[in-house]
Amino acid sequence: MTIHTLSVLVENKPGVLARVSGLFSRRGFNIDSLAVGETENPDVSRITIVVNAESSPLEQVTKQLNKLVNVLKIVELDPGTSVARELLLVKVRADRNARGQVLETVNLFRARVVDVAADTLTIEATGTPDKLDALLRDLEPFGIKEMVQSGLVAIGRGSRAITAGPALRAA
Amino acid sequence: MTRPTPETLAHSARRARTAAEAPGDADHSRTASPAVPAARPAPVQVSGASSLVLSLEALGVDVVFGIPGGAILPAYDPLYDSTVRHVLVRHEQGAGHAATGYAQATGRVGVCIATSGPGATNLVTPIADAYMDSVPLVAITGQVARPSIGTDAFQEADIQGITLPITKHNFLVQDGSELPRVLAEAFHLASTGRPGPVLVDIPKDVLQASTTFTWPPTLDLPGYRPTLHPHGKQIREAARLISGARRPVFYVGGGVLKAGATEGLRRLAELTGIPVITTLMALGAFPDSHRQHLGMPGMHGTVAAVYGLQKADLIVALGARFDDRVTGKLDSFAPDATVVHADIDPAEIGKNRHADVPIVGDARHVIDELLTAVTAERAAGRAADIADWWTQLDDLRERYPLGYEEPSDGTLSPQYVIERLGEIAGPDAIYVAGVGQHQMWASQFISYEKPQTWLNSGGLGTMGYAVPAAMGAKVGRPDTVVWAIDGDGCFQMTNQELATCALEGIPVKIAVINNGNLGMVRQWQTLFYGERYSNTDLGTHKHRIPDFVKLAEALGCVGLRCETAEEVDRTIDMAMSINDRPVVIDFVVGKDAMVWPMVPAGTSNDEIMFARGVRPTFDEDDL
Repeated sequence: MTIHTLSVLVENKPGVLARVSGLFSRRGFNIDSLAVGETENPDVSRITIVVNAESSPLEQVTKQLNKLVNVLKIVELDPGTSVARELLLVKVRADRNARGQVLETVNLFRARVVDVAADTLTIEATGTPDKLDALLRDLEPFGIKEMVQSGLVAIGRGSRAITAGPALRAA
Repeated sequence: MTRPTPETLAHSARRARTAAEAPGDADHSRTASPAVPAARPAPVQVSGASSLVLSLEALGVDVVFGIPGGAILPAYDPLYDSTVRHVLVRHEQGAGHAATGYAQATGRVGVCIATSGPGATNLVTPIADAYMDSVPLVAITGQVARPSIGTDAFQEADIQGITLPITKHNFLVQDGSELPRVLAEAFHLASTGRPGPVLVDIPKDVLQASTTFTWPPTLDLPGYRPTLHPHGKQIREAARLISGARRPVFYVGGGVLKAGATEGLRRLAELTGIPVITTLMALGAFPDSHRQHLGMPGMHGTVAAVYGLQKADLIVALGARFDDRVTGKLDSFAPDATVVHADIDPAEIGKNRHADVPIVGDARHVIDELLTAVTAERAAGRAADIADWWTQLDDLRERYPLGYEEPSDGTLSPQYVIERLGEIAGPDAIYVAGVGQHQMWASQFISYEKPQTWLNSGGLGTMGYAVPAAMGAKVGRPDTVVWAIDGDGCFQMTNQELATCALEGIPVKIAVINNGNLGMVRQWQTLFYGERYSNTDLGTHKHRIPDFVKLAEALGCVGLRCETAEEVDRTIDMAMSINDRPVVIDFVVGKDAMVWPMVPAGTSNDEIMFARGVRPTFDEDDL
């Protein structure tokens, strides 16, 4: 099994996410992570899906996805030639004694403190899933009270844009 | 609310009809480019309901099958004055299968209408059926008013959500102004590319509100671009393989019928001399009587067809999908074959069996281009000798023909009834089967010579398909004799539509192959469950409940009964002579007849049984 990152460009219409995610479960795939948002063209949304699958069944799902009328384009992003990021918000126990150490970890990972309470700090971090995992490992001993993570978003390196092309005229 | 006059609409409607009907017309051109009009008439102010009906008229719809109810009720008011004929069915499932039968018999889009909630959910089975068999179907459902959506309102069901996995696409109309475009898109999607069902869900307040109607609309489907023309390089590669193969077969599926490619197929087959195998969905795509036809493959296929695929060195699949009923155990299917797989749906290629030469395209274009490419190969003197292959296949055909034994208990043989029916009604009639033993016998013992003469539920295997589908076929082709061949189990699921047939003047003929049992299930119990007949006796023999003759009469049909071989021809002749009413014949047949040959489910095609306990012998040294 390999991790695959798919960028799926879809028409920005109600119900499209259900069509896409439903297809994955119907064909027996677990989605590891999913993120949706508008693109530079407000008629087009971009869904970034991370799945753990063999490449031949993944090809079948990609073909089935392509059959969805609202799907405009699917590109698999190669980790070597793309930038991928997740966002993490985490509330860590940090009383007077621990606060210094927590801040040191925050700085080390180039994360930011976004909220301060008497005994907790809320930290925001972006990065690759590996970097965020490492940050969480370092914060764990202080005590993680609550955390939330976004799905992965990814974009290809270089000047080429996958959103260019005739298929993506105003949807 | 004002309706536009016929004069104001005639022009645009005619133009729209040309664009929208093309998929089903005689030339079966499946255009992928939506028709974009040069100029359009000024919009007119109408109700959403009128906009719906005007759109159906403009799309060239001549008949819809449906039942009114609360949420769809506004649409039935303009429908009352429309040129569109509405056939009032007795159950929405009947509307769905009738629309499917209409579509399969004519090649045009079939349309069914139901109300919200239970009306819509009753369409689920026929929609799933049409999805599996790639039938162009448009289902129109009423929905509760927009402010009530999501409140568990009376007769509310999320039919768009429910049908997501079983439609090619579906719509929930949010505003009346979308109606013409959404309907035109629904028809375009249903009938082009790989055909399939499309559902249009319309809230009641959208039907009631005033809106504008403009025709023709501009289609807006940026993500829908079916590939029709195959890649030239792939075609040449396929032609090269065809010229070199020593044991080639054409494996022909329903896509060839849908593309209207049967004439091209015959020319390609005759040019190459290659044996032709037609699947259950493709019967009639190549004449059964043709010398090169090996029959049907799969679980109940002929020995020659099953062997032909299994031992082939080249399989050229045309509009077929390597279904499990055809391949048997997949990892032992056709182990030595190189596969050329042509289909309009790229997702079918390589789904079950690896394709060595994948070809995406409409079967008609694929076959036409193969003809040109193979002709060039022949001109260059390239053509392998397949005489040995034919010798083996002919030997199998001779030793293992389709056949049956007369029942030893003196009961009427179901195969004999079906065989006689096919001979008397002939190759111009349309035969519509339910699902089970009678379906397999109808596929085996009737000779299909022409396209669109065999209708059945292949993929989903929907018992109860035959009566309503026959009704739809007869509406679509009123001058053709339409026979439903049904089982007593299937018949009891949907026979209420005979009331519709009797009242609407749809004189279908129904042959109930009544063996008193759920025959196919009973056959499996005989073979695999130690003859423990759990819940397969329907009592139609033992208790004559129901009495099919009385039932037919109660439904406004002529009811006939036939219990002996001597009466078979006379009874069929009598049914053939009645054309003012539907006719039902209760053929009381023996319960022990079985469908042979058979590849037991989940086993290899190598394990094909010619009859109970009889394995064909293949001369392996020949290979």
